[in-house]
Amino acid sequence: MSNVLAVLEQRDGALRKVSHEVVTGARRLADALSGNVDALILAAGPARGADQLGRFGADKVITLTNAAFGMYAPEGYAGAIAARVTGGGYGAVVFAASATGKDLAPRVAARLGRPLAQDITDLAVDGGAVTLTRPVYAGKALLRLRVVGTPAVISLRPNVFTPVERPKAGTQESAAVAGPAGRVVVKEIKAAEAGMLDVAEAPIVVSGGRGLKEPANFRVLEELAAAFAGRAAVGASRAVVDAGWRPHADQVGQTGKTVSPTLYVAVGISGAIQHLAGMRTSKVIVAINKDKDAPIFKVADYGIVGDLFEVVPKLTEEIKKLRG
Amino acid sequence: MKIAVCIKRVPDSETRVKIAADGKSLDEAGVKFILNPYDEFAVEEALRQKEKAGAGEVVVIALGPPAAQETIRTALAMGADRGVLLQTQGLHADGLETARALAAELKDNEFDLILLGKMAIDDYNHQVGPMVAELLDLPCVTTVAHLEIAAGKATAEREIEGGVEVVEFSLPAVLTTDKGLNEPRYPALKGIMAAKKKPLEVKPTTPGPGALAIVSLTLPPERQAGKIVGEGSAAVAELVRLLREEAKVL
Repeated sequence: MSNVLAVLEQRDGALRKVSHEVVTGARRLADALSGNVDALILAAGPARGADQLGRFGADKVITLTNAAFGMYAPEGYAGAIAARVTGGGYGAVVFAASATGKDLAPRVAARLGRPLAQDITDLAVDGGAVTLTRPVYAGKALLRLRVVGTPAVISLRPNVFTPVERPKAGTQESAAVAGPAGRVVVKEIKAAEAGMLDVAEAPIVVSGGRGLKEPANFRVLEELAAAFAGRAAVGASRAVVDAGWRPHADQVGQTGKTVSPTLYVAVGISGAIQHLAGMRTSKVIVAINKDKDAPIFKVADYGIVGDLFEVVPKLTEEIKKLRG
Repeated sequence: MKIAVCIKRVPDSETRVKIAADGKSLDEAGVKFILNPYDEFAVEEALRQKEKAGAGEVVVIALGPPAAQETIRTALAMGADRGVLLQTQGLHADGLETARALAAELKDNEFDLILLGKMAIDDYNHQVGPMVAELLDLPCVTTVAHLEIAAGKATAEREIEGGVEVVEFSLPAVLTTDKGLNEPRYPALKGIMAAKKKPLEVKPTTPGPGALAIVSLTLPPERQAGKIVGEGSAAVAELVRLLREEAKVL
């Protein structure tokens, strides 16, 4: 029997949605290890949404509070988590492979003297050992690893571990932890436009490439994304990011973000190998392109050959009708 | 300003992956190797910071096979002053062992800045930089897309979901670089010639075995090519029906 620690994320005092995925992944591991899930929150005070975690399989929710923990405090967080892991005898520690998780997990792993498997897409327990699957070479190959010794320290690729309701007690516990934030201090978060989803976390991604012809034409994709009522983000190919049409934050592909949304709509994107690497694990792929021989059609589940400037507005209209 | 840049030799991003006979590694036959693209931003930033300071040294360090000397020469051709190859055969899956080998080399050299790419495009480990920082007990900011350093005080910006984090820290520090930080220069012919004469020290290194055992390396299941629903906007209604009724994603 071995318990699992799920390290969650809050922003502005509210748990981020990816936290449900982390609890879900931790629950899967804990079931295989016949252990409990302790969900860990670091914050300045009580976090909104902590009472929902029992639904996804948290046996206990632990909130560690510190006035310096309102914003992400890399060194302060790492110290508090490492101390918890060492004291708690956990078999595994699970993070989200988000911007924060990918920064925090290596620090904690190094403090524990343990290896780290980042951005995993599958996990299992085999003969008592945790085994993991990670995409490597930009998703062109899958590496399966077995963790030697404990704890296993892992981060989960966003959007892969779909939250599953597995009701557990979800008892709440809170403790103040002393100590400074550390030498690295987050002064502020310059927020993107309100309500904008990140391409790495959005359940639906609508991406555009050279076929859009000019930056202003991305408006047709923004309208399509808007029709999905807050569930979609607009992505971009490397070509249009390098051309300065779209910010790097939106780039999908080998030198951008790897995304696994439920629905990926590639518009005017030919499908270079570097782009496919970033989106091939999407659940359903739709391609809209005027070139019927574009490589994107080889990975797409559904394709429409045609002028995107006619097809996309029509699609927007149909999606709006569904919502209406 | 004394700056170290840790770099890695990786297969080119255009590589068609073939699995080796052991079923656990890449078949390197015919593969072209390059300087990890994210490390180019690190080398460029080191050169700019040294130029801005007016004096200093940029040392390039790689852990890798003998052929990684070429990778180091690429960074020297960009303008770095000297190189160190921690020579080893075959890298492990465990990034902590890589971090330990690099930290041992960096430890007593009093660098003001240690730069690394945010990740390598082969193993996607995304961890060595912050691990090096922890092992050396230095402040660390990862995935830096904007950097300002003045009088030992520094500010960095890093992309997070839905925004940009503004981070303050002090030097010495470890930073990992992201696309957008700068535009890496191309080595000029003069630089390529000069690089041949720059010092490159080779140190045999044996990293620990690590605690991640490779079970297998496999190709992902091929995505089945789907269907062309139709041509033009007339096909949209059918597409929406399929997304609802067949794929069940709407």
